[in-house]
Amino acid sequence: MSSVKIKLNPKEVEKLKEVCTSFNNEGGELINVLHKAQGIFGYLPAEVQEIVAAELNVPVAKVYGVVTFYSFFTMIPKGLHPISVCTGTACYVRGAEKVLDEFRRRLKIQVGETSADGKFSLSCLRCVGACGLAPVVMVGEKVYGRVSPDGVAEILAEYE
Amino acid sequence: MHLLVCGGTGCRASASDAIVGKLQKELDEKNLQDEVQVVMTGCFGFCEKGPIVKVLPDNTFYVQVTPDNAKEIIEEHVIKGRKVEHLLYKDPTTKKEISDSKHMGFYKKQLRIALRNCGVINPENIDEAIARDAYSALAKVLGEMTPEQAIQEMIDSGLRGRGGGGFPTGLKWKIALSNKADQKYVVCNADEGDPGAFMDRSILEGDPHSVIEAMAINGYCIGATKGLVYIRAEYPLAIERLKTAIKQAREYGLLGKNILGTGFDFDIELRYGAGAFVCGEETALIHSMEGERGEPTFKPPFPAESGYLGKPTNVNNVETYANIPVIYLKGANWFNKIGTDKSKGTKVFALAGKINNVGLIEVPMGTTLREVIYEIGGGIKDGKKFKAVQTGGPSGGCLTEKHLDTPIDYDNLIASGSMMGSGGMIVMDEDDCMVSIARFYLEFTVEESCGKCSPCRIGNKRLHEQLDVICKGKGTKDDLEKLKNLSLVIKDTSLCGLGQTSPNPVLSTLDNFYHEYIEHVHDKKCRAGVCKDLMKYLIDNEHCVGCTACARVCPVGAIAGERKGPHTIDQTICIKCGACMEKCKFNAISVQ
Repeated sequence: MSSVKIKLNPKEVEKLKEVCTSFNNEGGELINVLHKAQGIFGYLPAEVQEIVAAELNVPVAKVYGVVTFYSFFTMIPKGLHPISVCTGTACYVRGAEKVLDEFRRRLKIQVGETSADGKFSLSCLRCVGACGLAPVVMVGEKVYGRVSPDGVAEILAEYE
Repeated sequence: MHLLVCGGTGCRASASDAIVGKLQKELDEKNLQDEVQVVMTGCFGFCEKGPIVKVLPDNTFYVQVTPDNAKEIIEEHVIKGRKVEHLLYKDPTTKKEISDSKHMGFYKKQLRIALRNCGVINPENIDEAIARDAYSALAKVLGEMTPEQAIQEMIDSGLRGRGGGGFPTGLKWKIALSNKADQKYVVCNADEGDPGAFMDRSILEGDPHSVIEAMAINGYCIGATKGLVYIRAEYPLAIERLKTAIKQAREYGLLGKNILGTGFDFDIELRYGAGAFVCGEETALIHSMEGERGEPTFKPPFPAESGYLGKPTNVNNVETYANIPVIYLKGANWFNKIGTDKSKGTKVFALAGKINNVGLIEVPMGTTLREVIYEIGGGIKDGKKFKAVQTGGPSGGCLTEKHLDTPIDYDNLIASGSMMGSGGMIVMDEDDCMVSIARFYLEFTVEESCGKCSPCRIGNKRLHEQLDVICKGKGTKDDLEKLKNLSLVIKDTSLCGLGQTSPNPVLSTLDNFYHEYIEHVHDKKCRAGVCKDLMKYLIDNEHCVGCTACARVCPVGAIAGERKGPHTIDQTICIKCGACMEKCKFNAISVQ
């Protein structure tokens, strides 16, 4: 895992430990605990995984294995405004790829990265179930439908 | 009078909650709040035309409503009794307004069993569900039937699993009943991972009680007191509504101890998925619920023998469950008369892609693809030509013109080289490159393969690489043979359903669109103009006036030429972004 140690907020660490206790520190609840942990920290850096492993009494390797297995969990902090472009099939055939390219070009970041100022992060997701609005982009909780490459600048401008 | 507003994800993304607020505000202002009720329902299915507002009792169906239309609907329709004509659905062929959804092409051929309450009730109010017979089937089964009788009824109905496998539901229950244990589990698979399919989500959002009721019946039949719903964390609205519904059911004594005074105990908990397609496979799903990586294991033992925490477990999908209460109320003999010989009942499809009426539809098994695409779906968008329909998601295949009159059921789809899957149906037109589509699906599979068995982990990666080479114009005819052979090996040797079906998009496109592959490897051409590396932007000297606009907009400096003289594009530098073509006012730039 990463060699640079991140300093975690002690209050948040306390909260994480409470979460573990609320699940009786059971190893079988690992995924539920990780969901809550990501809710607290926004992401799951190595330091958080180590605490979870110690609290649930499971090897760190197992925690890491689970975190990296599921796409919902991330080890990179998301931007202030996380952008997710739906690349489900319905969106793909209606031009999601071009929309994604335009976000990449404008933000100068790749999928899975966060912009240098920490403002935007870019990711792909598979189907939000709003295929009638394809292609769909989500910024935070807000859903944008029928997005064209030309509309990308407009969306970004809302958050500038 | 009732105003039903669609609260499905698609419509909410188009501000349907603001519509509810505005309608309520108008009613309050005019002191009509006691006469007219505004209800936020689940999905109506006609997502293309959302947000939808339906007025009862006259069944007026308003489409593409905005919050600003609220005032008009109240003043015109509610108060003066005049329909707001410009919000009515216009039939695309006759151009006439249709006010009752029953007469729309989109709804005419549909038969809604699993979706019976979606768009009809307020999913957050158990009383509305009960008024539509929710929990009567549970009462009937608990009060009048033994578990064996109830399972026999399920076997007689002919219901098959709607999650993709198509295994007979009654038989699955029978096996789970026969395995004795101190604790058994009932699991609802709500980890809808197939991109482009959203029926499970719509059912949970629109009619959660039908699933809860069916799980309780399932528990009674196999002797389980505990139910678990494995649901995607990416579905916050469905989670919220399911939680509300479970809470209400407990308050009414329909979940918990001694249900309906019969001595039967049953309760439901939620478990969250974290985004892994392979967790749709039942053994992988069970491992994920246990807090492990969602990797499948070899069957047998089947979950019915040793599943969650090593106990007998019955896993069924959301749509399967949604069918069950009605089967008990109307009887197996009613259900098994719908559909085809070996596939009974209806199937929900998520119709999407290049089609006029995107949405969620439910049709009897045996309906043809042509009826679905042209009558319900309203044909291909922008008058383009139909090319293919992809069913079954990443495990399915692409069907063509020649399959359009095939009646849809489990066995016919498999015989045609595709599969039912969970019911995604993506329509493609002449602008879609089938080689790229195959590559797209393989990219998905490579990402989602759990990595446990090598045919799937390595084989799919090689397939993807080979497809990528072909899309880049560097493939040869030998590669096509290799693609096919490798596909067959992966199918035969993979551990679970994911690997056993992942080459289907490749095999079916090779079968049905071999000429497109040949064009890519032999002529180095992509007829749909999707594969960038096979495209060429050219400047026509006759039309070019030398305005230099293209040269200035080119991000890589690939365009050279004197002012007022003809320009040329250096193909070795060009990245095919198309900016020059967009900029040219003289139509001098074309793409080949």
